[in-house]
Amino acid sequence: MNLENRSAARFKQQAASALKDNNLKTALAKAKDGFVLKRLHAVEDLDEFEAIRAEARKIKDHALSHLDFYLEEFERKVKENGGHVHWAQTPEQACALVMDIVGTEAKQVLKGKSMVSEEMGLNAALEAKGHTVVETDLGEYIIQLAHEPPSHIIAPAVHKTRDQISDLFHGEHPKYGLNERLTEVPDLVNEARQVLREKFLNSDVGITGANFLIAETGSTVIVTNEGNGDLSQILPKVHIVTASIEKVVPTLNDTATLLRLLGRSATGQEMSSYTTFSTGPKRANDHDGPEEFHVVLLDNGRSKVLGSEFQDILRCIKCGACLNHCPVYGAIGGHAYGWVYSGPMGSVLTPLIIGLENSYDLPNACSLNGRCAKVCPMSIPLPDLLRQHRFKAFQRGLTDSRTKLGLKAWAYLVTRPKLYSGLTSLAAKALALLGGSRGVLRKAPLASGWTSVRDLPVPQGQTFQQQWKKASE
Amino acid sequence: MSETRRQIIDNIRASLGRGPLPDGVVTQLRARISEPEQGIRPRFDQDLAERFGEKLQSVAGTLTRVATLNDVPSAIQQYLDQHQLSKNIVMSTHAVLDGIEWPEDWEIEQRPARGEDTISVTGAYAGVAETGTVAILSGTESPSTLNFLPDDHIVVIRMDQIVSHFEDLWWLLQKQDLDMPRTVNLITGPSRTADVEQTIQLGAHGPRRFHVVLVEQRE
Repeated sequence: MNLENRSAARFKQQAASALKDNNLKTALAKAKDGFVLKRLHAVEDLDEFEAIRAEARKIKDHALSHLDFYLEEFERKVKENGGHVHWAQTPEQACALVMDIVGTEAKQVLKGKSMVSEEMGLNAALEAKGHTVVETDLGEYIIQLAHEPPSHIIAPAVHKTRDQISDLFHGEHPKYGLNERLTEVPDLVNEARQVLREKFLNSDVGITGANFLIAETGSTVIVTNEGNGDLSQILPKVHIVTASIEKVVPTLNDTATLLRLLGRSATGQEMSSYTTFSTGPKRANDHDGPEEFHVVLLDNGRSKVLGSEFQDILRCIKCGACLNHCPVYGAIGGHAYGWVYSGPMGSVLTPLIIGLENSYDLPNACSLNGRCAKVCPMSIPLPDLLRQHRFKAFQRGLTDSRTKLGLKAWAYLVTRPKLYSGLTSLAAKALALLGGSRGVLRKAPLASGWTSVRDLPVPQGQTFQQQWKKASE
Repeated sequence: MSETRRQIIDNIRASLGRGPLPDGVVTQLRARISEPEQGIRPRFDQDLAERFGEKLQSVAGTLTRVATLNDVPSAIQQYLDQHQLSKNIVMSTHAVLDGIEWPEDWEIEQRPARGEDTISVTGAYAGVAETGTVAILSGTESPSTLNFLPDDHIVVIRMDQIVSHFEDLWWLLQKQDLDMPRTVNLITGPSRTADVEQTIQLGAHGPRRFHVVLVEQRE
């Protein structure tokens, strides 16, 4: 897939090319069962899961209905602890704010994993000003070497095979005197550790994201397994947090409730290795830690989503469970979606941020099987929200002319029951005849989209309504 | 107040269909913060130390249980021998380590960690039985670098420091009237990654091993 020109508007072409990518197929197949099974076991092991889920939903709904208060309270506490809070409506504003803080002196900038910084296009902006940006999460590091964006919100390099990672490291690491092409997982991880350790010790600014912002204490929270987010913020002199405005929750206790869902839903862990609460810069007597602490809050359209029929998506805690359980994501991976977020949560959020007219296909790339809603720890009705997007697209006249014509014809038929049953009965019989003993069609008029890649199973001679009538007699 | 900040707050209020919150509501919200709601706690029947140990070991952490603080050095010595580690140790000045007599042949330095350090020994603020988690607060006597730079991180913690759930940890902080320190690290096992083909590999950027010496002696 050509990632340089990818966009949410070209979903269909990107999905088609993703389906032909054998490396992607191999990588996604390896990942999927792991995520699904680990989550299942972790959820089964927690008797209180459903009760906590209900509680978590209440907490986030409460925080969202009072978002102005909790953001102001969070800001007050950050300032009280010696930190700074900066507000941005657009990605451009957020980038400019970060640039101002980074200044001109800083050479090397460390990045912990942050999807909001992807929304901002922060790496490109920093590099344009001559800063060296080092992604420190192993997955992010891998895709930085590949010049690709993340394809999954918690496993950014999930689309890469081990073989591809070997090639990337072997291309990059000889400049550090590491000349051997390594192929085993422990060796690859170790080599990255060695290369990145030097970077951790010699950087001027560390930028991390935030899983939560806590109004009670003015803390930002990151949940990680590698420890890169911690090294990125305690070693450089300046720690910048990039976060979107809906991340704020009232208290530490509320955070405990959400944490009980996050790890389990994401990776099947009861707790990730490191959950870190950062509050202001280092204190007068601390021996280590950053001298400056900045939080850049990005709105990027979220304040307008509040109070709308899409508000529920703002409860999302970015665990990735909906991606891991989505058959569409499982087949095409994250890049095909064309923007920062992918899978079900991405198909709901992307149109809200970049506009439905620029992402028309995303809400349609869904079979409404409902698995995402079933596993979502925040009970976000993802299929309903996707349907809502489809409805809006139709209302706004974005639907393509063929679909419109089809819908018109269908509406004409179903409002005339006799005609409908007559025609469908005729069609069922005709198709059964055409399907012959194999019961499938290789080609059918108006159905090349289906039959070009698979056979069309045909009805067995009777319509559903006829069978239903017979069965209930 | 910056113009952008005002616009965001205004947009939030407009979307929620209201103006600034009335004083009465603000008072309620402040009360919700100062008297935080209790979450739903995962129930367990084991005693705290047993649960803590079991959970820690389930995430590839290791644990030695000793009777008194005097037994700590030999427990750590055993760990060093088992993994064939050096005796160059960088240590925090945490109160729990005060008064422990360390073997004379150990090279101990009390300072923040550097890139080349391989073993750290620290105390902790508390353990959380719920998930086998250790909570370490940054401060003069507990630099955060000790928790991340060395290959081996060894934590000494007394049994009476183990609390049941995360809510108890926050309650303890509040009761002792401690302000949030710069960093609160909740550590649950060693550093790990699954970014290469979803295969779990320990020791990504932080400690490769995480060991707890649990001391039965009370304060």
